[in-house]
Amino acid sequence: MNRIGRHLLSIDDLDRSSIERILDRAESFDEVSGREIKKVPALRGRTIVNLFYESSTRTSSSFELAAKRLSADVVSIRSQGSAVDKGESLKDTVQTLSAYDPAAIVIRSPHAGAAGLVARWTPAAVINAGDGKREHPTQALLDVFTLRRRLGSLDGANIWIVGDVLHSRVARSNILAFTQMGATVTVCGPPTLIPREIEALGCESTSTLDNLGDADVVYVLRMQHERMRDSFVPSLREYADRYQITTARLHPGQLLMHPGPVNRGVELSGEAIDSPQALIGAQVRAGVAVRMAVLYELLVGAPSLAAVA
Amino acid sequence: MSDDCKRLFHRDGQPAELLIAGAHVLDPRTGLDEPRDILIRDGAVAELGEPGSLEAPENGDTLDADGIHAFPGFVDPHVHLRTPGQEYKEDLETGTAAAAAGGFCAVIAMPNTDPVVDDASVLRALTEAAGRQASVPVGFLAAITRNLKGKELTEMAELRDAGALGFTDDGKPVVHAGTLRKALQYQRLCGGVVALHEEDPGLSGEGAMHEGAVSARLGIAGIPSLAESTMIARDAALAAYEDARVHFQHLSCVESVEALEQAKSKGIRVSAEVCPHHLTLTDDMVRTLDSRFKMNPPLRAERDRRALVCALRSGLIDCVATDHAPHASHEKEVPFEQAPMGTTGLETAFAALFTELVLPGELELEVVVERLSAGAALYGLPVPRIEPGQPANLCLVDLDARFDVGANGYFSRSDNCCFHGRMLQGKVLLTLAAGTVAFRERMRAHAPAVS
Repeated sequence: MNRIGRHLLSIDDLDRSSIERILDRAESFDEVSGREIKKVPALRGRTIVNLFYESSTRTSSSFELAAKRLSADVVSIRSQGSAVDKGESLKDTVQTLSAYDPAAIVIRSPHAGAAGLVARWTPAAVINAGDGKREHPTQALLDVFTLRRRLGSLDGANIWIVGDVLHSRVARSNILAFTQMGATVTVCGPPTLIPREIEALGCESTSTLDNLGDADVVYVLRMQHERMRDSFVPSLREYADRYQITTARLHPGQLLMHPGPVNRGVELSGEAIDSPQALIGAQVRAGVAVRMAVLYELLVGAPSLAAVA
Repeated sequence: MSDDCKRLFHRDGQPAELLIAGAHVLDPRTGLDEPRDILIRDGAVAELGEPGSLEAPENGDTLDADGIHAFPGFVDPHVHLRTPGQEYKEDLETGTAAAAAGGFCAVIAMPNTDPVVDDASVLRALTEAAGRQASVPVGFLAAITRNLKGKELTEMAELRDAGALGFTDDGKPVVHAGTLRKALQYQRLCGGVVALHEEDPGLSGEGAMHEGAVSARLGIAGIPSLAESTMIARDAALAAYEDARVHFQHLSCVESVEALEQAKSKGIRVSAEVCPHHLTLTDDMVRTLDSRFKMNPPLRAERDRRALVCALRSGLIDCVATDHAPHASHEKEVPFEQAPMGTTGLETAFAALFTELVLPGELELEVVVERLSAGAALYGLPVPRIEPGQPANLCLVDLDARFDVGANGYFSRSDNCCFHGRMLQGKVLLTLAAGTVAFRERMRAHAPAVS
């Protein structure tokens, strides 16, 4: 039986067949999302803890929905108003929550490697919902899911990731996942926002949109306002002038993606967002099914548990 | 820097009376590289003789040291003993116990404590405490600027009179060239080496590791090598202009080696140190996101590591320093970016260099032994020698013995050692420091740390 590991901390934990297995599972759960009663009993009686140290709307809500549709009991903890704000260390928080015997802990942290540490401190399965600027593996999986549905396969696809790669965990997980699935990846953005030696991840890099026509898929990253403060870009106006993806810059047939939330008029023009080439809504919809699949594969797909069930 | 002021401080111990029988003495400075009996009387090397030729002193033990090496005691020009103010990380007793366990017979402590050693009263309290607690002689550097702020100079002359070996703002660079220039001018009055932590904060920014392929992968802000090397070039120019004596601390990259080479070739009075971790590990270790691998300067790339080894062998880099930087486990058990910088190193320095560089043939044993004590001369301290008439400053090392680092705890109060869990070879069995037995293998100072 080809199972994925005990935790999902990084796309590096998954080989191609594991990714495909999760996506196939997600396809079946997507069908559940179309039913009137969107629930299956797979995780009935089990507890999932969502521990979010950063604000998040779509990731936290889709993890919560995913767990609920699998009939799990869900506890969601945000840093505001919790023990975290009272100075409790991550280790103590995790050990406290582990006393409730959760089946899984989903963690979002502003710091690289936080999910890996949690996995050392708890017997629960740990899912990385974003650790600093390092990785966001479930986002990458839902993006691959969305693209696979649209293209059939990512093999040979040419994918451009445009924008603030330096500060993007989505970019890192997606470079790994897209190349794992057979695509070629080019990152594009201002030289100040492309990490030195990013090519070591297996992608190309460029600082102009000149050859954007080569892309089958244009994956646009969120441009955060605070980047101006540290002079990564002189102004949003200049950034938009050089890097905003507009319907004029998009070639016919190219697919447009974005992890959200979008800064309308900064990295994407309004028309581009609303164009039929955009898959942004499909990405959001894929989130629940893919996260259901991840939870299922980690908690039910594991042979030791399957034997008990 | 010959003066009468006392600049090393330790508690009084019983002068050793000991016969070390048949140890293989390797002292690169005297050129001896053969088995000898070493007779220690009244804390000094009384006699060296052919194996089996000397007898134990009346009241002393005989140590059978057949197959064991004897080296001049190591001198570490860069340690953090965290006293005063952060004794939960380390204190004079645990820090010098760790030093002794690593074969060190003297260490030089950095002033970035709480309060900072920027005032003669703080320094005097510290030297007095060392006189009660330090099992190994400790020298103290005082701060260059008040509270390490990089603005006003400390009372350098008074600090020198109170026993400061030299000056440093270690942990932080002296950002403003004008401030450093004044310190270098003032050095003409008070003497004392000015030791520099070289880092341009405008380039290092929020960085938590070396900038390169690994930081790109991890999404952790990088510290580019040139944050260090450009400051070395700047400060070498200042030293040249003021004819000052400066020492560059913990070099980490090939660009710094090049800047040092240029400075030395011009005859500028500069020296440099390098740490065992920078000589043996690279940023590849940071992929584990284990905060034991977080230090400043950071572990860099393989080409940097190789350049440092070459520079140490040639003598361009003068000596090894551990930058022993203890932190409590609760401080290090956090995500990498949040963890404080620093690794302990006193207990593993020799074994790490022997295992990772000497055994694979990258560096000769006599070079490692020489560079592990060369820091003494840079600060005007006597360099340990195994020679009749010299005070007993030596260590006995079993080059065949292997040990699992940290498996039995540490003498240091902290366990943030970047070699933790590694199997290292080359175990220190005995350390004589300033004529007394500072460490003997079968004795444990305290219970193993809980990891």
